[in-house]
Amino acid sequence: MKRGADLSERLALPRLLPTGGLAGPTSLAGHLARYGPPPASLDQRQRESLIAEVARAGLTGRGGAGYPTARKLAAVAAGHAPVVVANGTEGEPASAKDKVLMTRSPQLVLDGAVLAAEMVGARETVIVAHPAARRVMADAVAERARARFDQVRIRVRPAADRFVAGQASAVVHWIERGVPAPRASPPRVTERGLHGAPTLVQNVETLAHLALIARYGAAWFRSVGTPAEPGSMLVTVLGAVREPVCAEIAIGTGIGQALDLAGGRSAPLQALLLGGYSGDWVSAAVAMDRPFSSAGLADLGAGTGAGVIAALPAGACGLKETAQVVRYLAGESAGQCGPCRFGLDAIAGQVERLAHGRGADPRLLHRWLGQVDGRGGCAHPSGVIRLIRSSVRVFDAELRQHAMGWCSGTARVLPVPPGRSR
Amino acid sequence: MTGGTGRVAVRLRVDLIACDGRGLCAEALPELITLDDWGFPITVDRLVPPRLLADARETVRACPRLALRLDRLRSRWSRNPVTTGPAADGGDSRT
Repeated sequence: MKRGADLSERLALPRLLPTGGLAGPTSLAGHLARYGPPPASLDQRQRESLIAEVARAGLTGRGGAGYPTARKLAAVAAGHAPVVVANGTEGEPASAKDKVLMTRSPQLVLDGAVLAAEMVGARETVIVAHPAARRVMADAVAERARARFDQVRIRVRPAADRFVAGQASAVVHWIERGVPAPRASPPRVTERGLHGAPTLVQNVETLAHLALIARYGAAWFRSVGTPAEPGSMLVTVLGAVREPVCAEIAIGTGIGQALDLAGGRSAPLQALLLGGYSGDWVSAAVAMDRPFSSAGLADLGAGTGAGVIAALPAGACGLKETAQVVRYLAGESAGQCGPCRFGLDAIAGQVERLAHGRGADPRLLHRWLGQVDGRGGCAHPSGVIRLIRSSVRVFDAELRQHAMGWCSGTARVLPVPPGRSR
Repeated sequence: MTGGTGRVAVRLRVDLIACDGRGLCAEALPELITLDDWGFPITVDRLVPPRLLADARETVRACPRLALRLDRLRSRWSRNPVTTGPAADGGDSRT
């Protein structure tokens, strides 16, 4: 079970991404040379002990929600004829980690998807890959098929390129009917998902970690990270840094160190956006010495989310950045729920007025944030409101300047895809 | 589920994907349902008091979009295996 690279090499980071400088996907042969073979097909007892191992490892979902993976595995394993979906949708414009993982280590993701399928007793796994990674994943599947590597059937589907398309029920909806919109819950997809089958929807990075836990065990996994949040995670570091990068860090690594992986800051920083577009602004001075972990950021109201660390330079306006992102997110509403469809649009208008220093009504905005928060079929509106609330906390001084009609910000830092009509 | 005699703890839920914002519910049951600024129902975050249970049931039936429901609160000790099926959510009772 523990062949492949020697121990010291296995303990080092990166675990998931290739260590060499070569671009392009790792071949099946290269993958096996580095990690050794995955455990052969499992009997019932081995399945259960592997789920227990994942529980001991303390692996949590790396898509942003952080749900304990073993609990989801056990729930789906209890159902009849389940299915596994590897979620590589990555609809978050600020995040690149799933695309990088899929295009560089496709075989590790496939190992994880196949192992998860074997652990829950599924015969089929569907890989939903961002359009940028679909081809690489399909080629990797073909390579495994030629080697007759798996007993589980693997399908690859291109993901919908939309922000809300990565939510678990939306992924299932998309595979089934080509509709990238969340569905009402209950039932949860773990109970009734793809074509009514109990469905394990798991982020591709989570599955890659799972593939290594199955090989090297929980103690190995926990040898980096913090006791409460063990293991490593992929992060995307962007904004005012010298070389924006996707890197793998031990959870709990200092945020300043994470910025160093991107060549360090390229300008004095005022704030960081942590987690992603459903995440939180934090003041750069406060956050720089903090560990990047949920526990290390909790008192700032922030978390690790999908691993995004975006640096805002002193010369940019946090309110304008927020307004652009909120307008984008309002447009990404699936349009199914009234508060999200109409409320986010109205809220985006107010945030734009705040950012441009004209005609904003803070009391009305406050009322709308309260009315929309927590409502709807998925967490999309709540995520947008979380971002706005953090911007009001962190850019307080900027807000007062704006009220007097003054704003120094010119740079546009956060990536926002062009608008689309619904 | 409890034989029809015990006290039932229920909560009003709106399926906002199904809801069209016609607003009948807020007219029929203003004690428990208000409308947001766009006309979509906000249900109070507490149990339906026994005196309003009949009205709540009537309001649920009257919704033209079938978007309202009364959720019986599940607890670990009262989960009924006959009616709820396997506990496929790993024992976590959040909805």
